[in-house]
Amino acid sequence: MKESVLLIDHVYKYFGGVKANEDISFSVKEGSIVGLIGPNGSGKTTLFNSIVGTHPIDKGSIKFYNKEVSTLPVPVIAKLGFLRTFQQTRIYGKLNCIQNMLISAKPTNDNIFAIFSNIPKELNKKAENLLDFVGLFQKRNLRAGDLSFGQQKLLELAMALMNEPKMLLLDEPTAGINPTLINGIIERLIKVNKEFGITLLVIEHNMRVIMNLAQEIFCLAHGNLIANGVPDQIKNDQRVIDAYLGVQ
Amino acid sequence: MNKKILFYSVILLFGLIAPFLFPAFKLQMSILWILIVLSLTWDVQGGQMGYNTFGNILFFGLGMYLCSSIHIGIFFPLSEWTASGGEKTFLHTPKQFFQGFFIGLILSGLIPAIVAALIGYGILGLRGHYFAICTLGLGIAAGEIAGGIELIGAGQGMTSPPWPKGIGDTELRSEFFYFLSFILMIFTFLFLRWAYTKRFGLVLNAIRDNEDKAEAMGIYTMRYKITGWVVSAFFVGIAGGLMGNMIGYIEPVETAFAGRTFGVFMVLMAILGGKGTLWGPVIGAAAFHIFKEGFWTFFLGWQYVALGALIVIVVVFFPEGIMGWLREKYPEKFGEVIDEDDRKAQVELK
Repeated sequence: MKESVLLIDHVYKYFGGVKANEDISFSVKEGSIVGLIGPNGSGKTTLFNSIVGTHPIDKGSIKFYNKEVSTLPVPVIAKLGFLRTFQQTRIYGKLNCIQNMLISAKPTNDNIFAIFSNIPKELNKKAENLLDFVGLFQKRNLRAGDLSFGQQKLLELAMALMNEPKMLLLDEPTAGINPTLINGIIERLIKVNKEFGITLLVIEHNMRVIMNLAQEIFCLAHGNLIANGVPDQIKNDQRVIDAYLGVQ
Repeated sequence: MNKKILFYSVILLFGLIAPFLFPAFKLQMSILWILIVLSLTWDVQGGQMGYNTFGNILFFGLGMYLCSSIHIGIFFPLSEWTASGGEKTFLHTPKQFFQGFFIGLILSGLIPAIVAALIGYGILGLRGHYFAICTLGLGIAAGEIAGGIELIGAGQGMTSPPWPKGIGDTELRSEFFYFLSFILMIFTFLFLRWAYTKRFGLVLNAIRDNEDKAEAMGIYTMRYKITGWVVSAFFVGIAGGLMGNMIGYIEPVETAFAGRTFGVFMVLMAILGGKGTLWGPVIGAAAFHIFKEGFWTFFLGWQYVALGALIVIVVVFFPEGIMGWLREKYPEKFGEVIDEDDRKAQVELK
C-alpha cells in the first residue's frame, strides 16, 4: 500500500452561517489521480483554499506527508511541494512566457543573497522544454497577458510543473478550453502523473474528462462529502445523480 | 553592444562637461539629477512592483533633516544653531564641513532605509488603494511632526551649513553639489539596472502582475517588498540630504516633506516616461523638468494650470508613458515575437 500524500481529517469551514465544508475526510495516495466533483457552490474550491492555506479552517486537520499544514501560510505550504492552479487563470500578464516560467522555478529560501542572485541559466532550457510540452514554445516571447484563456491555462500548468511539486491541485483545468485541446490536456495530465510522478487532485465539471482521468472520485454537495469511489461507481451512484439533477 | 557603450559614454561625457558648457544651468541640472533619482526609486514601487506609494517623500524629508542635523550636530549644539539662525553664530571650517557632510550623507541614506524596513513591515501587507492612502498619510504626518520639533527649527525650518570660507566661491560650491548629484544619479541607475536583472526584478514584476499567484508558488513576497522599499529609501534619503544642502534652507512642508511638489513630481515623472521600465523614469524626469521649467518661465501665474493640462494629456493619451507607448507601437523591438520554428523537446523533471 502506498503512502497517502494528503490526509484530510474532519475538516469544517464556515463563512458566517454558510457551511462551506462540513466534516470532510478523505485521503489521496501517492502517485494517484483523484477527482473532486460536485455542483456549483458545493465547496470544492473552498476545500482547495483550505488545503493550500488561503484561509484557516475552523476544525479538523490537513496533513501533507504526515505534516500538519492547516496552520501554515501559503508560501510555506507551496515550498513543501504542494501547489495549486486557479479556476480563473493567474499568470503574470506583463511578463513574457519565459519570464513567467523562470519566476515559477523551485523557489530559493528568499534571503538577502537569494533576492539579489542571478536566475540560473540552465532554467531557460527547462522553461523552453516545458513550454514546448504544453505547446507554447512558439509564443514564448509574447506577454502572457496576450495569450488566449486556454493558452493561459496551459501556461499555468507549465508554471506549476516548473516548480517540480510533489502534488498538484488543479482547479478546473479544462474549463473554457475547446474540445480538441481538452484531449491534449488529458493526455498531458496523465503524462505528468506517470512520468513526473506528481500526485494530482483535480476539480472538474466536465464528466468526460474526469471519468477518463481519475482513478478515484469524491463528490461534494452542500459542503458535505456524499460519495466516493471509482469512476464507474460514481457514474451510477444515486446520490451523485440526485445532487446534480435534483431529487425526483 | 558597442552601441550601448557608446550611448552610455556620451551621457557620461555630457554629464561631466555640462556644468562648464552651460554654467547658468548648473543648479537646474543638479536638480534634474535629483529628480531622476526620485523617479527611478519611485518606479521600484510604483512601476516594477505595482504599489503606488506617496510615501517616498517621507524618506526625502527625513534624509534632508538628518543630513543637516548631523552635519551641524557633530560640531555645534544643534538647538542653538536653529534658534540663532545658525550660520551667523557658528561656522564650519572646511575640514569640519566636508567631514560632517559626508557622515550626514551616509546616515541620511542608512537611517531612512531602516525606517523603511520598519514601516514597510507594518504596512506593505496593505494592497492597492489602501496602501496608497496609507502612504499619503505618512508623508503628511511626517511634515506635521517635523513642524512641531523645536530642535530642528519647527515650522520655521532650519538652514543647512553654508559653504565654508576660504575654499573657492559659489561656483565651486555649485559644481561640488552638481557632481555629487550626478554621481548619485549614476549610482542609483546602475544599481537598479543591476538589481532588475536579478531575481529581485523578476519577483517585483510578479508581485505587480499577480501577488497571490506569486505567494501560491512559494515566494515570500513580503521580503521582496520590504527590500525594494529599503533600496528606494536609501537612495531617496541621500537625494534628500544632498538637496537640503544644495538649496541651503529646509522647511518642513515646502522643501522637506514636500508632498505637494516633489511627492507628486516623482509619480508624474515615472508615469510620463513609462512606469515599470528602466529608462522610462529617466526620460520622464528629463521631459518633465524641461516642461516644468518652461511653464514656470513662460506661463508664470498659470504654471500649475499648464502642469495640470500636461498631466491630463499624459494620462489620456499616454497612459503607459513614453516607453509604454513605444512598446505598444513596436512590440517586436522589445522582443515580443512569435517564433515560427517548431521543435520537439524532451521534457524531464528532477
